[in-house]
Amino acid sequence: MSATMGEVEDKAVDAAHAWPAEGLTRVPYWVYQDSGIYVREQSRIFRGPTWNFLCLESELRGPGDFKTSFVGEMPVVVTRDEHGELAAFENRCAHRGALLCLKERGNAKEIACVYHNWTYDLKGNLTAVAFRRGVRGKGGMPANVRPEAHAPRKLRVASFAGLVFGTLSAEAPPITDYLGPEIDARIRRVMKAPSRVLGVYSQMLHNNWKLYAENVRDTYHASLLHLFYTTFRISRLTQEGGVFLDSSGGNHVVEVHADPGTRDLEYERAGLRAATSDFRLADPSVIAGRDEFGDGIAIRILTVFPGFVMQQVQNSLAVRQIIPRGVEETELVWTYFGFADDDEATLRARIKQSNLVGPAGYVSMDDGAAVNFVQRGIAAAAEESSVVEMGGAAVASSRNTRATETSVRGFWQAYRRLMDL
Amino acid sequence: MMSEFTLQLAVQNLLARYVEAIDEDHLETWPAFFSDPCCYRVVSVDNHERGLPIALIHADSRGMLEDRVAALRKASVYEDQRYRHVLGCSLVKRIDARTVSAATSFLVVRVVRAGESSLFASGRYLDRIRYGTDCGDPSFEEKLVVLDSRRVDTLLAIPI
Repeated sequence: MSATMGEVEDKAVDAAHAWPAEGLTRVPYWVYQDSGIYVREQSRIFRGPTWNFLCLESELRGPGDFKTSFVGEMPVVVTRDEHGELAAFENRCAHRGALLCLKERGNAKEIACVYHNWTYDLKGNLTAVAFRRGVRGKGGMPANVRPEAHAPRKLRVASFAGLVFGTLSAEAPPITDYLGPEIDARIRRVMKAPSRVLGVYSQMLHNNWKLYAENVRDTYHASLLHLFYTTFRISRLTQEGGVFLDSSGGNHVVEVHADPGTRDLEYERAGLRAATSDFRLADPSVIAGRDEFGDGIAIRILTVFPGFVMQQVQNSLAVRQIIPRGVEETELVWTYFGFADDDEATLRARIKQSNLVGPAGYVSMDDGAAVNFVQRGIAAAAEESSVVEMGGAAVASSRNTRATETSVRGFWQAYRRLMDL
Repeated sequence: MMSEFTLQLAVQNLLARYVEAIDEDHLETWPAFFSDPCCYRVVSVDNHERGLPIALIHADSRGMLEDRVAALRKASVYEDQRYRHVLGCSLVKRIDARTVSAATSFLVVRVVRAGESSLFASGRYLDRIRYGTDCGDPSFEEKLVVLDSRRVDTLLAIPI
């Protein structure tokens, strides 16, 4: 039997590239540039045995509510059916492949493709083919044709603490096993009540999606790149906090406790750029908030492999979805949320503190710049690799320092296992 | 009270000076275009129509606007860039003797590192403008920047 196109391409990828012998402490730059790698990621990671964030459960309140989303490049419809159950399926008509749902959200009893009016129920089952038996005995589809066999693919759906995840794979483990106990517990801590969407924005990044996936796991950069944090002592590496990984390495959470207000001599001794500024806020209300989770944690950034981020920056809460849009294009969708029972003061704090994050955020616009600088810097360096040795070579939780790249290595551990690289 | 004609010109003059301060990189003068307290928010039209309260940028005091400028000058990492605002004609309505509302379409072309001129944003300013005594010293009590898209290319650093 001859090899399929996919197998031929896979072999070409393997023949062209070998991961550096150092293993997880090196990341070869071709991994951000190669179109064969990109194609393999779509099938082995996004459509493979991973759980992909689809939406907040509160975005689908009642029967018939739907929302469109993405799993990698695959467009997806997420619905709540007439019995209140969540379902998700590929946003692609069985007939000619057109998008079924054009709106980002809405409510419907059934979903009809606009092209030829083929109709689906809220679970993605094809229920009607227009003129299937023809018109007045003429035309129509032969009786032995089974268009149902081309139906959009259905996802397994898991709702966890108000977050809806989906997978195409029968092999993905139960969601709690996939998350691991450290991540599971922290998601539950943040998602303490039914959520409420407070805003949706997106950011187009002109770089490979993995550069952002690494950036958000990179606890080493936070107080070096983000001068705003450092100046106002929201985050310093000498503050208490830790990094926790699941056993795959792909999921992480970093926590930073509120600053006790000590002077930070480590930065001054090292003469780092981050220690040189002395400006003060004219209106510090932008960072005023309260310890709503009762654990003294000011910043909590959590990821679930491959493309999900949950953020608690003081009282600013958001989920971020990393959507690959091409080898060097990534869309980052920010969904800000609060809770249905927020009081006025808490809502006001979320609104003000959201100045810190998002595409215009004091501590996140820098990331949009930095990851793009990498994509451009490596333009002629496919065979070179980055050095990821802060904290050694280990992939392990780190309770005593965030001057480590352990969760970046964790990402690559999970990635390479699925990609067979 | 100003005539309709004078009022229209006064609003357009204020807006022209406002976008000049941004486009010509005189950002230190930008907060003074606002009352204190004030309301400056950059939102997308879909968030606005859904009544969602989180903005890309939210400031409710002149101090917060000054902090934006200070952060841009001293803290934030972004590539050198500049804007060119192009404004449409303002639709002006009187609210009371010293307050008017104005709706003005805009386009913002952005040039990063003296490279390509590309369309960065389009939308509407929904402004509430307060005049001082004798119709002098107008300032924005409220400036709601409603972007037609919710998608931001790379980052939004300089205010709109």
